[in-house]
Parts: sequence; C-alpha cells; structure tokens
Amino acid sequence: MKFASLVQNRKALIGLILFALTCLVALFPGVFTSDHTPDVIGVYAPNLTPSGAHLLGTTSYGQDIYSQLVYGTRQVLLIALAAGAFATVLSVLIGITAAYMGGIVDETLSLITNVVLILPTFPLMIILARYSGTSNWVMITVLVATGWSYGANQMRAQALSLRNRDFLEAARVRGERRAYIILCEMMPTMTSLIVANFLGSALYSVLAASGLQFIGLGNTSSDSWGTMLYWAHSQEALQAGNAMWIIAPGLAIAVLSAAFALMNYAFDEIGNPALRPVRRKDLRRAAKAARGDQNAEKGAGDVYAS
Amino acid sequence: MSTPPEPTAPAKLAAPAEPLLEVKDLRIVYDSPRGPVEACSGVNLTVRPGEFVGIVGESGCGKSTLLFGIAQLHSAPARIAGGEVLFQGRDLVTLPRKELNDLRWRELAVVMQSAMNALNPVRTIGDQFKDAILAHEKWPEERIRERSAEVLSLVAIDAVHLESYPHQLSGGMRQRAMIAMALLFTPDLIVMDEPTSALDVVAQRSLMVQIKELQQQLGFAVVFVTHDMSLVSHFSDRLLVMYAGQVVEFGPTRAVFDTPSHPYSKSLLDAFPSIRGPKVPLTGIPGDPPNLADPPAGCRFNPRCPVVKDRCRTEVPELYTVASSDAVSPVLSRCLVHHPAEPLGVPLAADVNIPIVPEVQSS
Amino acid sequence: MTPLLETKDLSRHFKVGSKLFSHRLLHAVDDVNLTINEHEIVALVGESGSGKSTMARLLAQVYKPTTGEIRFQGKDVAQLRGRKDQLKYRSDVPMVFQDPFASLNPVYKVSHGIKRGLKLHRPELDAAGRHEELLRVVTAVGLNPPEEIIERYPYELSGGQRQRIGFAQALAYRPKLILADEPVSMLDVSIRIGLLNVMAKLRDEEGVSILYITHDIASARYVSDRVMVMYGGHVVESGPTETVLADPQHPYTQLLLSAVPDPRAPLEITSEAAKAEPPAVIDPAPGCRFRARCPIAVDQCMHVTPLLQPLDPDHKAACHVTAPASAGAAAV
Repeated sequence: MKFASLVQNRKALIGLILFALTCLVALFPGVFTSDHTPDVIGVYAPNLTPSGAHLLGTTSYGQDIYSQLVYGTRQVLLIALAAGAFATVLSVLIGITAAYMGGIVDETLSLITNVVLILPTFPLMIILARYSGTSNWVMITVLVATGWSYGANQMRAQALSLRNRDFLEAARVRGERRAYIILCEMMPTMTSLIVANFLGSALYSVLAASGLQFIGLGNTSSDSWGTMLYWAHSQEALQAGNAMWIIAPGLAIAVLSAAFALMNYAFDEIGNPALRPVRRKDLRRAAKAARGDQNAEKGAGDVYAS
Repeated sequence: MSTPPEPTAPAKLAAPAEPLLEVKDLRIVYDSPRGPVEACSGVNLTVRPGEFVGIVGESGCGKSTLLFGIAQLHSAPARIAGGEVLFQGRDLVTLPRKELNDLRWRELAVVMQSAMNALNPVRTIGDQFKDAILAHEKWPEERIRERSAEVLSLVAIDAVHLESYPHQLSGGMRQRAMIAMALLFTPDLIVMDEPTSALDVVAQRSLMVQIKELQQQLGFAVVFVTHDMSLVSHFSDRLLVMYAGQVVEFGPTRAVFDTPSHPYSKSLLDAFPSIRGPKVPLTGIPGDPPNLADPPAGCRFNPRCPVVKDRCRTEVPELYTVASSDAVSPVLSRCLVHHPAEPLGVPLAADVNIPIVPEVQSS
Repeated sequence: MTPLLETKDLSRHFKVGSKLFSHRLLHAVDDVNLTINEHEIVALVGESGSGKSTMARLLAQVYKPTTGEIRFQGKDVAQLRGRKDQLKYRSDVPMVFQDPFASLNPVYKVSHGIKRGLKLHRPELDAAGRHEELLRVVTAVGLNPPEEIIERYPYELSGGQRQRIGFAQALAYRPKLILADEPVSMLDVSIRIGLLNVMAKLRDEEGVSILYITHDIASARYVSDRVMVMYGGHVVESGPTETVLADPQHPYTQLLLSAVPDPRAPLEITSEAAKAEPPAVIDPAPGCRFRARCPIAVDQCMHVTPLLQPLDPDHKAACHVTAPASAGAAAV
C-alpha cells in the first residue's frame, strides 16, 4: 500500500531513481569506469577539457575527474546513510520516551534537546572535527551529535499527539507493559514520520559532510566528493580554467541531496493525506465536465474549505 | 419559560409560495482513482420562504455532500455533474464567482457541524464577526459593534463575549455564536450541517428551540442536516430522507412520521428506543449502507429491506407521488409500492402508525 | 449476595490551573456509592462534566481514587499489588471505548487487540485454542463471517463493526464486568440498536455484567436493568430503570427526560433550566449542585448537600424537596 504511493508520486519516483542509481554506482564503481585507481597522480595530462576519453576532464594532478566522482560515491553514501540512521534512532528514542514518560523525564530530555538544537552546528562541527581527527567514523559521530535534536522535537510532538488516542489507552487498560506500548503500538503508527526523518537526516549529512571535507576537516587523502572540492579549491581550479573540477562534485552533491528531498515528499504525503495535491489535470477535467465556461473559471485553482 | 413554538402550519391551507430554493436533479460526483463515485444521484428538493426542511440519513448517504453542493462549498475531487440549484430563481451552479460571493452570507448562510473547528481559535468572537461583516459591507466600526452585539443578544449571549476567545465559551455557547454569525445579514436561507451533534441532550433541545424561535421571529428558511430523525421531528415542516445518495422520501414531517411511505423511513423510525410507552425489542436496520461506487441493482435499499420482493432487485424505482397524501403538499416516495401504474402489493409494515399521544403515558 | 462491584464514597479530584501554585481542585467525582451485581446492566447517565467518564476510568484503574474505595468481588482493589493480580483485575473488568475510529490501532489487523488480550490474559490456551476463541468472540458479537473479518484492517470496517470488535476484545478475557464508556454515542442512531442488542445478548448468554455509561437516557432505558443519574460529580438518583423513568423524583432526571427528542410525544415546555449548562465543579461549597438550575430549589438546597435517600426499597434520590432526609416524615 505504502510503496504504491511512493511509485505513484512523480517527485518521489524521480528521487527514488536517482537514489537507486547512486547506490549502484557506489556498489559497483568498477562497472562505470575503466580507471580503477582514480587517486593516482600524474596518469593523464593535467587540466584536460571534457572529451570522449575523459568525460569530465582531468584535475591539475592528472587524475580523471569522472572516475574520481564514481569512486567517491561510496564514501558519501556511506556517511549519509550511517549518519542518517544513527541520528534517526537517537531522535526517535529520545523524542518518544520524553513524550510517553512525561513529567521530570520529559522536562530533562526536552531541555537537553533544546540546548543541542540551538547550538550553532557548523562551528561546533568544526571544533569537534578539529580535535577528534579525520576518520569517517569520527565524522559520522560528529554529524549524529549535532543532527539528532531537530528530529527529536518532531518525534516528541507527534508522540504527544498520539499519547491519548484511544487505542493506546486500550493497550494500557489491557495491561500491556510500557515498553511494549511504545515499541509495538505507538512507533508503528509513526513509520512515515520516522522514514521522513531519516531522509532528512541523510540529506543534512550529505551537505554537512561535504562542507567539512571542503574546508579540509575530513580525510583529505580519501576518495569523496567533498575532498575533490577541497583539492580543486586548493589548486585554484577556477583560475586554472578547470571549472569542471568544481562543478562535477558540486553537482553530484546537489543531485544526491535532491534525491533524498524528493523521496521525502512521498513520505510526507503518505503520512499526511491532507498534503496530497489535487492534481492539475483532475481540476481541469472537473472544470471541463461541469457545465459552462463560467464553471471552468470557477473550478480550477479555487480552494474552498471542505 | 416560553411555550414551544408550533411548527409553521403546513401549506395545506394556502397555495404554496414561490420556492426560495429549488434543487433540480442535482448530481454530485467524487472523482476517485478508481473512477467517479456518485454521492448524490438526481436529488430534487424545494424549500419555501420561512420553511424548515430537515434532511435525514445515515452516515455516507450523501446528505452533507448535498448540503455543500447547495451552498457551492464543495471542492475537488467533488464536482457537480448535473442539475441546478435555483436560489431566488438564479442557478448557483453556473453563477459567476463574484455574484455568488455577493449572495453568500447576505442571502445564504452556513452553520457548520463543529463550532470548535469552524471558529478561529486565536481570534476573538468579535473579530470574527467583524471579518464576516467586512467581507461583504464596508460598515463603520460602530455599526459593526452594534450589529455584533445585536445578533449575540438574539441567541442569548451577553455582548461582553465579543471579547472572548472560542475556548472560553462552552460548547453550547459556541454553537449559538456560530448561529449568531450566520444571522449577521439576516439571510433568507440558513443551511446547517448537524449543528447539534457535539452537544448534550439538554443543550441540544435548547438550541433547537432557539433556532425555531429565531426562525419565527426573523422569517428565514432553514435546511437542517442530521442523522437523528427524532431531533427534527418537532421542528421541521417537511422532511427529506436520503439513502445511498438518493431521496427516498420527502413530505410534510407529520405525514412522514405518522405514515412513513418508504420501508427505510419506517425502519429508521423504528430504530429509536422510546422512553415512553411499553418497552419493545427493536432490530434496527441490518447490514450496512451500500458502497456508492457499486450500488445494488434495482432499488438501492433492497439488500436491507424488510419487505423486499423480487421485482425490487431489477426495477429501478423513481420518486413517485404517494396517492393517499395531501394534494397540495404531497409525500414523495421512492418505493415500488407507490408506483402509479403497477404498485407493489405489499403492506409497508405490520404495525404502521406511531400516533402522537395527547399526554405522556407511564409504563 | 455480595455485589460484583461496589464503590464506597468514591471521589476523584483534579488540580486545575498552574501546576505549581494552584490549590484549586476540580471535583470530578464526589462520594459515589455504586453497586453492580452479576448478570445485570447498570446504566450511568449524565451529561458532559457529570463525572461519568471519570467513574469509568476509576473503575478501570486508569486513575487512582482521591478518597474512597472500590471493592471487586468483596476485595479492595487498591490492595491489588503485583502484576499477576493487576492483570487478573484487568481481565475481569475490561473497558470498551467511545470512538470507533480511534480505538483500534490502524496499522494492525482488527484481530491484533483480541490476540494480544488472549495472550496476556488467557495463558491456559495454546495457539490453536486462542484462534478458536478469537473466532468465537467475533461471532458472539454478530460479525460474520469471522474468518474474513479478522483479516481486515480497521479502515475496512464501518463504525458499528469496529465497536463490535471492541466488545469482542473485552469478551475475549471472559470478563465479569465490562465497562462500556459511551460505546454507541459516535454511531448513527440506526446502528446503535444493533450494538445495544449485542450488549443485552452478552448479559443473557455470556453472563457478563455491563456498566453502560451514556448521556442518552432512551438507550439506557432500552438496555439497562438499573440506572444511576449523575450530575456535577454526584449521583442524584438511582434505582430500577422502569421505576426511575416512570416516576423520576429528582428535578434533573425530569429535565433529562423532558429533553429527550421523542417523535411520539408532544414537545414539552422548555424551562429556564434547559438554558443553563452543567457546572464545572471547582472547589464547591456545600449545597446541592443543581440548585442554580432547579425549578423547585428551597433555602436548604443552598447550604446542605442532599444525600441519597431511599424512597422505595431500591429507588433513591438526592433531593431535599422530593426525598427529604427524614424519610417517612411529612414532606418539607
């Protein structure tokens, strides 16, 4: 039922296709390019313009940009999905517990959530990354630590609105244990929100990780789009006339982010039918079917409270 | 305090006035991914000036859709697929937007089901009245205040509540405030969608009496939608019973109650436990209302009808005039029993009449 | 014969206003003495604010009483400690909720709640036994065919069908007493009768008692053996249903009866009492809580809270005028 909606929604379908493509590239980079060691310096002539041999040209170090992009996908995707998943787990646990337990537990958890929420994330990330080193797992930890709080507030709000629904009270009156109610009765009704949360966190992670790598706080010798940007910038690619070195990874980051954002639309709409758009073509059809031209003028685009 | 208002005398005694509202063959369709679903199939309805017409039916019968269609408040995926809604002689379905807006609230007002949903929770009652007024007239502040206080007093709410927020009023008061808002321009017709359903029984009764008193005082007509037939029994002049998107009975209230001309109306009446008279076991209406995407062949009520015959499953009944009803204010019924040429020979019910008792009987 | 359930001076108060500084108390339920015997349906009738829903939650142990006690089968419910005893009480006294659209978890099939209930409360059954019991209770509430119904999701059932599932859930515990909190209020009038008949059938065939909480006195009459009328947290009248309805003594009961729309009767005269609203009882002074709306209030009503006085062996009313304290003496 839910996946049917995912496919029917055109925005989400595009997002899904883009995401699937990215996954394929991450899993089987060797299939997409013949250059399996894109990091090696000096293999090709530097700063070549895009051509048949080098689809996106070469860097000023003589590396094939396209192959770097292909091999860099894995790391970006790994960070995005891992950071997204952990951040979601944390927000779900904290948000729902706060809402269900109420009282002092809620007050404490909300305080922590709100403090983390208002901390300036980027400076914090920079400081943490600076002192913790440059491995991928450090980066994931930093992203999770700064990214969970927004989702936690959302989860808490949703759980609060569900808390007094009769079916939860029925479970209580039935004698179910609290943990069961939270995990098996409440959370399943929140799946759409949780998935949307995950997609949002993944999106945030792509951008934040690339940002950190761009300013040199990632592992600069690793293969990643953000790292490409770092090197391109440090080699003053634009002045050297090699715009593609900047554009290619930048565009790739944008496309992956867009994929997550587009998929998010579907889950918003699945979770909240009120957001489903009345499709333009239905309105036009309705207007035409109703009698007279005046109806067409009245029908399309009008929004009445119903 | 006051003697209960008598329902306005049925138009037995005088020729019917020019109808205020005439719904002709209205068809409202919902466009669903699986094809169009007809929520209202050819509904005919007339309302005379000052008349109180009740529309009764179960959930899903199309009565709210009908009301929204009449008031032109429907939105996609619902659309009007045919028919006319003639209000004061003009067809609302084809009326240009601007003229429709002029009509709204001045001649035709709407009272919604749940005041808590219809009133803006973050604005005072007075501000909302002001909005309603300013949408149609450019009155000075003083006149707005005066009129707002006036309509509130009509519904027995103190003018001090113009400064109150909706949550500060009780449920009954909120509903009365909604009615007051509908009265701002003294419209000719007010349509109400189950305005009493969220209220307790005493508040319900009090609100109904209030509406009736106002109607007699100000002369507006009312179209009142509800699933509770007995609620309108003392207040409506004529009653329209809907089932599966169609009108199945329409006529003077007392006629419909005393001698129901359709098995569905009869079954509905029988589904009310009485607090007076002997206690009798009741059965209600078995089964569920049909799926409007795929209604039963023949008469739509046939799967649940207590007196169904084979003919009912194939022949589609029209809305017939009941031969034995009054000539000036006839009862219409969509049952083959009243077919003019070949009536179905079935007694409508074993124990038909539910007469009014002159005094309360104790059991 | 010990009653199945008894409450003695049961009260429940809530703090209102700001949590830290307010001392104002909302008296939702005050000094209620309720008795329910085996094999009977008792109706608890009142409008919103009367305390009837709070009573349901007190009996379901959702709230703890502020004062007073609840005795089930002679034993004090407050003494039930330990998960086993608590579970036993919950299986003996389950609750059916008002809103058919919110009382079933939308992500699971409708059999989910029944199955969970059977797992928790009927440990003696194995998987096959549970399935059999599942089918039995779904049939007992009139849903056919049971094998098909249990595979459906809540959105595929109508409101009436969902409420029947609610009763099936309660029935699966083999309860002694079902607390039905306005089970038919959100259903169409024509569907209500079906549910009310199910309740009567449960009493007759399954031997279950039911506390039927409602604001609709006509349906209370149809299905209940005894009735208790609540106003402002107090019980104002109680007794066998036919007796109370034929000869109501408390002015509020009379008002309720007159307000019921009955097409078979002429419209009765509305009094001032009908215009006012039930009060929110916050820090009440002594005196009858109905005095502001009562057409026959006397001076005593303003100062002394009337207690339930027996008029007939079973029929009690709390009114200084119609049921004065010195029972048997001349009327005031």
